Amino acid sequence: MQAEIYVAASAAVFGTGVYGLILARHILRKLLALNLMGGGVFLLLITLGGGADGPPDPIPQAMVLTGIVIAVSATAFALAMLVRLYQETGRATLELEDDDQEGGGDG
Amino acid sequence: MAEQAMILLVFLPLLAACLAFVLAGTPARVIAGITMAALPALMLPITVDVIDQGEIAHSLGGHAAPLGIRLVADGSGALMLWLVAIIGSLASLHAWFSFRDQPDAEGTFWPLWLILIAGLNGMFLSCDLFNLYVAMELVTLSAVALVALAGGPVALSAAMRYLLLAMLASLAYLLGVVLIYNATGTMDFRLLAADLEATPEVIISLVLITVGLLLKTAIFPLHVWLPRAHASAPGPVSAVLSALVVKASLFVLYRIWFWSGAELDLAPAEWVLGLAGAGAIIYGSLAALVQSRLKLLVAYSTVAQLGYLMMIFPLASLLAWPAANYQIMAHALAKAALFLAAANILRGQGTDRLQELGGLDRRQPIDLFAFGIAGVSIMGLPPSGGFLAKWMFLETAWAQAAWGWLAVMVIGSLLAAAYIFRALAGMLTSRQTEFQARIRPVHRAMSLSALALALLALASGFASSPILELLGLEPPGLSVDS
Amino acid sequence: MGTLAWHSMPLLILLTSLVTGIVIFIAGEQRVMLRTVMNLAGALAKLVLVGIMLIAVAAGHEFEFRVPLMPGLDLLLRVDALTMLFTTLSAILWLLTTIYAIGYLEGTENRARFFGFFSLCVAATMGVAGAGNLFTFFIFYELLTLATWPLVVHRGTPEAFAAGRSYLRYTLFGSAVFLVGLVWLNGLAGSQDFVAGGYLAHLAADHRPALIGIGLLLLVGMGVKASLVPLHPWLPRAMVAPAPVSALLHAVAVVKAGAFGIVRVYYDIYGIDLAGSLHLTTVLAVAAAFTILYGSIRALAQTAIKQRLAFSTVSQVSYILLGVALASPMAAIGGLVHLVHQGVMKITLFFCAGNWGETLGVHQIRELDGTGKRLPWTGISFTIGALGMMGLPPVAGFVTKWHLGAGAVQANQYWVIGVLVASTVLNAMYFLPMIYRIWFRPPPETWPEESVPADHQTRLALLVPTVLVAAMAVSIGVLASHPASPLSWVQLIISEYY
Repeated sequence: MQAEIYVAASAAVFGTGVYGLILARHILRKLLALNLMGGGVFLLLITLGGGADGPPDPIPQAMVLTGIVIAVSATAFALAMLVRLYQETGRATLELEDDDQEGGGDG
Repeated sequence: MAEQAMILLVFLPLLAACLAFVLAGTPARVIAGITMAALPALMLPITVDVIDQGEIAHSLGGHAAPLGIRLVADGSGALMLWLVAIIGSLASLHAWFSFRDQPDAEGTFWPLWLILIAGLNGMFLSCDLFNLYVAMELVTLSAVALVALAGGPVALSAAMRYLLLAMLASLAYLLGVVLIYNATGTMDFRLLAADLEATPEVIISLVLITVGLLLKTAIFPLHVWLPRAHASAPGPVSAVLSALVVKASLFVLYRIWFWSGAELDLAPAEWVLGLAGAGAIIYGSLAALVQSRLKLLVAYSTVAQLGYLMMIFPLASLLAWPAANYQIMAHALAKAALFLAAANILRGQGTDRLQELGGLDRRQPIDLFAFGIAGVSIMGLPPSGGFLAKWMFLETAWAQAAWGWLAVMVIGSLLAAAYIFRALAGMLTSRQTEFQARIRPVHRAMSLSALALALLALASGFASSPILELLGLEPPGLSVDS
Repeated sequence: MGTLAWHSMPLLILLTSLVTGIVIFIAGEQRVMLRTVMNLAGALAKLVLVGIMLIAVAAGHEFEFRVPLMPGLDLLLRVDALTMLFTTLSAILWLLTTIYAIGYLEGTENRARFFGFFSLCVAATMGVAGAGNLFTFFIFYELLTLATWPLVVHRGTPEAFAAGRSYLRYTLFGSAVFLVGLVWLNGLAGSQDFVAGGYLAHLAADHRPALIGIGLLLLVGMGVKASLVPLHPWLPRAMVAPAPVSALLHAVAVVKAGAFGIVRVYYDIYGIDLAGSLHLTTVLAVAAAFTILYGSIRALAQTAIKQRLAFSTVSQVSYILLGVALASPMAAIGGLVHLVHQGVMKITLFFCAGNWGETLGVHQIRELDGTGKRLPWTGISFTIGALGMMGLPPVAGFVTKWHLGAGAVQANQYWVIGVLVASTVLNAMYFLPMIYRIWFRPPPETWPEESVPADHQTRLALLVPTVLVAAMAVSIGVLASHPASPLSWVQLIISEYY
């Protein structure tokens, strides 16, 4: 019974994240939404590897640890880039650029 | 020997990345150069053993799967690793000279670049869905950072969009992997084949994995992030992104469909994937045709060319496998050449607006030549690797009486000819505009690395037998039907 | 001589121009001397090789150079008598056109690019001539398309690019159709080498519709280059290219590659009997006859010299196809020999057009008045070429028309004689007024754009090739019965098929 609650919760959290990612305009909100999605996945992972009877499966634990590390570093990186983007453009949203705008990339 | 080489393929670039980060400046460049030059050498023993034994495997530190990490190189994996080695080293040669005049960017470039290479090698050597996830994240994060390295609002926005969508894709993939692990208790993409049954859980997980990977591969209609990101990145980065990074996630998709899903009947879904591919071919080509800037044109061409790689799904057969691998290779070589040449042109002309490139044949003949030769392969005209790939696809379609797919591929190559020649015509016009202020010198080596890649794309139109030999047996998912 | 070198003769012939092209590209714009030496050395070396091979092939030797490209697909260069017909023609005309082009382009920009692609085109033509199977043929056929485009747009003007776009539209459409036909053929019969008499006869019973479909696809694919109506509009538009390009490529290499391919398909893939029973010959005969008349009528309406010549090419190339389609030995001889005759005569005419344009700035037919007095040698050459085109003895064109007429009688296709007569009348109607203007009208006060002093003829590099090809046009007609004439060579080829 307990497992079902967790599974439902993780689905809800993941779904909320998807919803937020699509609808939010501010990039910070989008990042938070992505982290919510990640939380949903990790919750599911722990639940499924929980082992109702007997010792828990170690592999999901290892996966969650790795996953969290990746999520944290990706978020940190995204935040750093958000700051740069804000400094350069003065906005924290993604607008559709005009295709004719001068691009970089000649390095 | 070969097993050690496999380990080094992943860990040598990682180690070099750390060193390059600490040392910075000229030592970083030298370390990166040596590392990249070593990759082809490392590939030699692996190639010999793969041809000899079909595939080779090594468990890191002696720990067995699933907790341990197992590296496996098979025929198609070895082909991809070769592409990383060759395109990676030639793009590095380009970067060696092109980052000379931007010391700040260069300090960040080499560590990220080496991490990207390590991640790519890791993706082609992993046989475990979770390790693939880790390697894929390594690739994604370093790729995004490399795009952002170009600086400026356009590149930063493009990088941000790329990052957000790539993270979404990763999470979809990860969720799918979790569900699959729950259903089967294994994550080795080969062992999975025996345990996968068409339960709702497995189907949901396969959908999640597929959508995530398609988003990372930028398959139409999930391609929106690609053109801007690839077009605004620095030259060598665009080259490797378009040539290798998008192929890597597609390669994972192949692994899952043709190895893990070998026992499942995926026919209806294969048709949907084929339609997406057809959409990519037509939409990407038409979009490339209306671009006013060279690098965006080349980027949309990638959207289109990736569509051909989806044709393997509806045409799934013994013939389609070498065709898809050949297309991956030919496109990777040609597209890397196109992007390096386009970067050189942008640098040497101060602009990449098609209508302002007149007289290029006098000022940057080698870059123009590289662009032209690589263009021949993209159009799929003989003699080139792109032609052989298209030929194999057409033969496959013919053998299965798949007239619709055949027509799409033929139309696609006509459209490709249209946009490539449109670019070439712009470069050959005699009218000439000067953008003295933005012109930066193009070192001969930068042009030659583009030319070398273009010539390799051309040469792959002649040297098919060793490549097909290396490719070896078809995956189990393709050898049953047809 | 080692056997390897001996067998790779077809490859060497290809390399003489391929290497020339690459060296010219690498040498760059400034190295004029090196470029000229390379051009001439390459063309001469090819001529020597062709000479050696002619003797060997006449003695019954066949050369073969085979590289496996994919499992079941070979890149095959093989030399037979038919190959040598086209190869010899191209080799001789390459040398002369190179000399002409050096003179024609003197002092202009982008010559390295021009000569580089020019050599590539010739290499591709050699590949087309030497291809031993349809797959190899396709590869070189496409290479020819690609290498020709930079020459069409060489001047870099908007008109040149418009012509280039038109050229690509038609040829790439043709190549897509060709490719589909090729894939179909390979799926049905596998990739097989050309065989005199064809290799599809065993499929005739079961796969009749497929064979007809493949035949039509290949015919359309190659018909674009052979400028069969309605696939011809690229050819007149491509006349914006410099005169040597129009001369060698459009009058000889490109359109001939299409015609040559159709000959290969009908004789060496289907076999003429099978093509006849599938009614492919009928389709071709009607298309060719229509093209002959349509091209001539359109030529009549043109006011620019090169445009008139272009429509004349559209018309004349179809003589070759008509000869093939009539499926009688005499007609086949007439058609094949026209491959050479049309090339020599048409290149004469284009050289003359180039001379007038370069020397006097004369581009329109009405400006031709009195040019005979100013440039007598060019005038004589043009007259010879034009009379030959009309089929007047003793110029080469007469030999063609005679054989075609006799072949039509042999095949009981009397309507063809009507086509030949009508075409001859039309030829006379558009060539005679030009000849009349050249010789019998008074010259104007001043020429539109005179670049050579009035006491001089045109530049020597332009004049010598012009006079030489005109002389050739006469001599291959007069000496048609000589054992070394194109006619004798074609009789040797045809003896294999009938």
